Amino acid sequence: MNAVLEQIFQVGFLAAIVRIATPLTLATLGEMISERSGVLNLGIEGIMLISAMTGFMGAYYSGDLWVGIVVAALTGAVFAALHATLTVLLGVSQHVCGIGITLLCTGLAYFFFRLSFTDSSHPATVQSFETIPIPGLASIPVLGPALFNQFALTYLTALLVPVMAYALYRTPWGLNLRMAGENPRAADAAGVNVMATRFLAVTLGGALMGIAGAFLTMAQFNTFTFGVISGRGWIAIALVVFGRWDPWRCAGAALLFACVDALQLRLQAAGVSHIPYEAFLALPFVFTIVAMAFMSRDAAAPPALLRPFRKEER
Amino acid sequence: MVRLQLRHDVSPALNFALPLAAVVFTLVLCSSLIRIAGASVVDAYGVMLSAAFGDTYAITETLVRATPMIFTGLAVAVAFRAKFWNIGAEGQLLSGAVLSCMVGAINMPGGIAIALMFVAGFAGGAVTALIPAVLRLKFKVDDVVSSLLLNSVVLYGLMALIEGPWKDSLSGYPISPPIQDSANFPVFIEGTRLHLGVLAAFIAAPIVWFVIARTVFGFKIRATGENPEAARFGGIDTRRVIFTTALLSGGLAGLAGVCQVGGVHYQVMAEISPGYGYSGIVIAMLARLNPLGVVPAAIFLSAVMVGADAMSRATGVPAFIGQVVQGVAMISMLVALLLTQYRVQFRKAAT
Amino acid sequence: MVGITKRFGPLLANDHVNLSIRPGEIVGLLGENGAGKTTLMNILFGTYAADEGTILVEGKPARIHNSAEALAAGIGMVHQHFLLAPRLTVMENLLVGMPRQGLSLDIAGARRKLDDIAREFGLKLDPEQRVSSLSVGEQQRLEIIKALFRGARVLILDEPTAVLAPPDVDGLFAALRAIAARSLGIVFISHKLNEVRAITSRCVILRHGKVSGEIADPGSASTREIAELMCGQEIKPTIRPPVAKGAALLVLDRVSTTGHPGTTLTDVSLAVCGGEILGLAGVSGNGQKALADVVSGMLKPVSGTVSIDGDEVRDFTPAEVQRLGLGRVPEDRLASGLVSSMTLAESMALPRIAQAPFSHRDLLSRRGIADFAQKQIREFDIRCSGPNARTGTLSGGNLQKALLARELAFDPKAVIVAQPTRGLDIAATRFVHEKFLALRAAGRAVMVISEDLDELLALSDRIAVIYEGRIVGVLAAEEATVSRIGLLMNGAFGKAA
Repeated sequence: MNAVLEQIFQVGFLAAIVRIATPLTLATLGEMISERSGVLNLGIEGIMLISAMTGFMGAYYSGDLWVGIVVAALTGAVFAALHATLTVLLGVSQHVCGIGITLLCTGLAYFFFRLSFTDSSHPATVQSFETIPIPGLASIPVLGPALFNQFALTYLTALLVPVMAYALYRTPWGLNLRMAGENPRAADAAGVNVMATRFLAVTLGGALMGIAGAFLTMAQFNTFTFGVISGRGWIAIALVVFGRWDPWRCAGAALLFACVDALQLRLQAAGVSHIPYEAFLALPFVFTIVAMAFMSRDAAAPPALLRPFRKEER
Repeated sequence: MVRLQLRHDVSPALNFALPLAAVVFTLVLCSSLIRIAGASVVDAYGVMLSAAFGDTYAITETLVRATPMIFTGLAVAVAFRAKFWNIGAEGQLLSGAVLSCMVGAINMPGGIAIALMFVAGFAGGAVTALIPAVLRLKFKVDDVVSSLLLNSVVLYGLMALIEGPWKDSLSGYPISPPIQDSANFPVFIEGTRLHLGVLAAFIAAPIVWFVIARTVFGFKIRATGENPEAARFGGIDTRRVIFTTALLSGGLAGLAGVCQVGGVHYQVMAEISPGYGYSGIVIAMLARLNPLGVVPAAIFLSAVMVGADAMSRATGVPAFIGQVVQGVAMISMLVALLLTQYRVQFRKAAT
Repeated sequence: MVGITKRFGPLLANDHVNLSIRPGEIVGLLGENGAGKTTLMNILFGTYAADEGTILVEGKPARIHNSAEALAAGIGMVHQHFLLAPRLTVMENLLVGMPRQGLSLDIAGARRKLDDIAREFGLKLDPEQRVSSLSVGEQQRLEIIKALFRGARVLILDEPTAVLAPPDVDGLFAALRAIAARSLGIVFISHKLNEVRAITSRCVILRHGKVSGEIADPGSASTREIAELMCGQEIKPTIRPPVAKGAALLVLDRVSTTGHPGTTLTDVSLAVCGGEILGLAGVSGNGQKALADVVSGMLKPVSGTVSIDGDEVRDFTPAEVQRLGLGRVPEDRLASGLVSSMTLAESMALPRIAQAPFSHRDLLSRRGIADFAQKQIREFDIRCSGPNARTGTLSGGNLQKALLARELAFDPKAVIVAQPTRGLDIAATRFVHEKFLALRAAGRAVMVISEDLDELLALSDRIAVIYEGRIVGVLAAEEATVSRIGLLMNGAFGKAA
């Protein structure tokens, strides 16, 4: 038993949590910003997948990982903009449209990946991102290597949380965005262009989802596989609920979830026998469902979420 | 500026024309993908068409493949009518498959075994669908997310079973023991797989339509979906309606699993459903949530899938184009639906 | 505003309307419900686009196509239904949509500006408070501050007194006078004569979308003169012929509720007799909703009983109260009454779908549903394309007729209606009132919950006043006056007694 515990709580474990939390945080923040403006984006799973694919291809063909990241962000923004066009401008059901976007993106991602890499026996790879130790801080025992020897994207993500919180709560842009999700008619009467605000929020959210997807293919793994997202998008949607639509809490929720995920990976690796590995795979999903049951009771959701806004209703 | 104006009367012609327009639009859009893949569009669609409808065998294969999708399409249509957002047809299908396979493996007279397989499959799907319904009614958990997440949980559960205690000892693969030969669904045409489940699907659609359109229960489902507050004011116990709808929806999805076990695979494996549950959403949307429309919509998607496989072998266009068709079809149908409800007016912002 | 014309489909809401507002002036915009007042102001505020006509601000044609442009032109509006975000603070609600701000919100600057407004106009609010914790009066104050904050030179108030108790109205009027004294222009929309006479310096009367008259000194004009301009004819007072009072048909005995969003009921006892119309007066949000919900079977009280014609309601469900003979018309016709996407026939069958003639043995009777609707459409003169018209395409008056038609067809012993004529035009209002009087003449009990005191005074045999979930007084028609009810509505029961 001791051996098992030792194997779990080592430096690598903390580092793994941070690594797992990075794409989840990005995706969760992306979904949060979209929902805060009043638009649920169930396209997240597909958007992450297709961005992971285009990002990988961008990096593979250009040889520059950052090109891949930019390509992924653009891809995410484009498909989120499609979602926004349909749900914000035309006002179709956000639920159904999101599922449609996921199906479309999944199909396109598989189609173009198979078209570009016909030989599935030799999967293409990229040289993934290197971790960057922060001088000084990285040499702190235990915490140093875990927190301060990470990917550049991880540092940027950590930076994004306060930036997002500031933008949302302290800037006119963030206030208008929140108002669009709280009471769009009031926002409109105060001179806010609700449709443009929502469109922008959804698109920006999509870009973050795109980067989240690309992180998986370019930092966590070094290749694109069909199962690379495997439900992380859906988890992000649940984490937004768990994080009560707040940047800090969302990041916290992503970290907590990453703990559970890292733990199940360790437990699997530690070979806790007689428990089938599928139980560990299912654990994050069960955890999320249970967590939502506890969290959803007091509604913190933006009141106008899922409600299309139409001017001149009569 | 885009402006939407509610249509006062929806012409019946539009109701038929727009879904067709959505399908045509989808096929035109996807032809550009075929071009990108370097194949001739005419050839590719020709291969698709003949693979799906070219001869009796092709037609039966298309129907066999459409069968589980008819059931999942019905499941989603029923649920969405009540605005119970059941995205979990995939998991409910798997549950139905597991339970019906367990029942079918018991040695008993064929007729009874088949009947019990249907019952068990329905029950398996229904119970699985109950989880998101209860979570929504008791804990206000969004049903979309919970039913989605449950799909993964059920899949992992199934994998744990067939790689563990329920693994077929005679096989090296992670598959379940087969059902009794006597429980294999009878086939209508020798040499094809046109099995009992196909007939069941074709009977189920009009029954479900009748329930929705012509019974008090169906009226309650519609009223609950369209305006829960007015339904409640009108004396309808909307929670109960959601609950019952979940049972019916999950049960129908479970029957899709029954057909896969009894008519196609005769055992359970992880690949028993290549996303039929998700296709059900597309089908339900294409059918405009009308149970009768589910049948042609499912046959259309089935033909696309059967055809895409053949096209892939013949022309090298990745078979994943079938999935793209699903996504595009669903989104174009959403827009088409909007157009049946509203007149869209484009006008420049006045200067 | 010059030559403003606006059509909604076949309805001409504004027909070549001219209106001018000068600094320091409070202009009353008077008219019946549906006369086009709100539409006109929504055009001025850029919510709707006029089909014809121009808006001049300080002599120059202004381009006002959305609220941002209206605000920039110095036009502010206080909507009848406040446009605030309850979960945000006062400050955040003020700052939303402010143009030309820097990267961060200028909280300090806003505070200074807020202090200025407080000093100049006597309008004060704590900027850090959440809007959800403000009273209705304070929310209205916030709306006014919001308009001033954005530099409004012209302030439009749409039915500002509808949500206020009479004493709060005095506070509002004082604030408006202070604002006018700073040479801002104010448009005061109302259909209440006495208020317009009290506060405005000039008043413009709209009828059927047209200006039907203008009165330079409303204070001295006769009520009759104004009323005739509004209604186009001498208004006949509602005649309530004497009716023999019957037994109590709807009785509430010491009813209390909890857990209802909004005000809960405490020890409410009321009885409505056959041949009687009981009006329930009160400032919006004082428990009317809870009372209507309990009687309609939507909410189970924690204690007390409700009886319909002597039968105690045991199971608080809509089906049960219906079975006992109650007819129910909800406040919000489309949200909780009818289903906009269903056909009118289906909407009308909704509350009794499980019984004949709408269904037999759990199977719908399509003929029964259609025939019922057809018959009621004829009887109640519901204007629509037929039983298969989509409910959502009907006008407010016709929706109300449909709701009444579906209830009255089953000959209820008692009827409860909430806000029966809100948003209805004169003809529809008259139709609804006549139906109530017919019910009364037939010996049925009618309970009318309304925020329109004039309506209650015209219809009711007795008026009960609800305040913070308690019945604070029941006045017979003869002793009911606006001022007495007004005091009760504000909780001043000692003075009214």
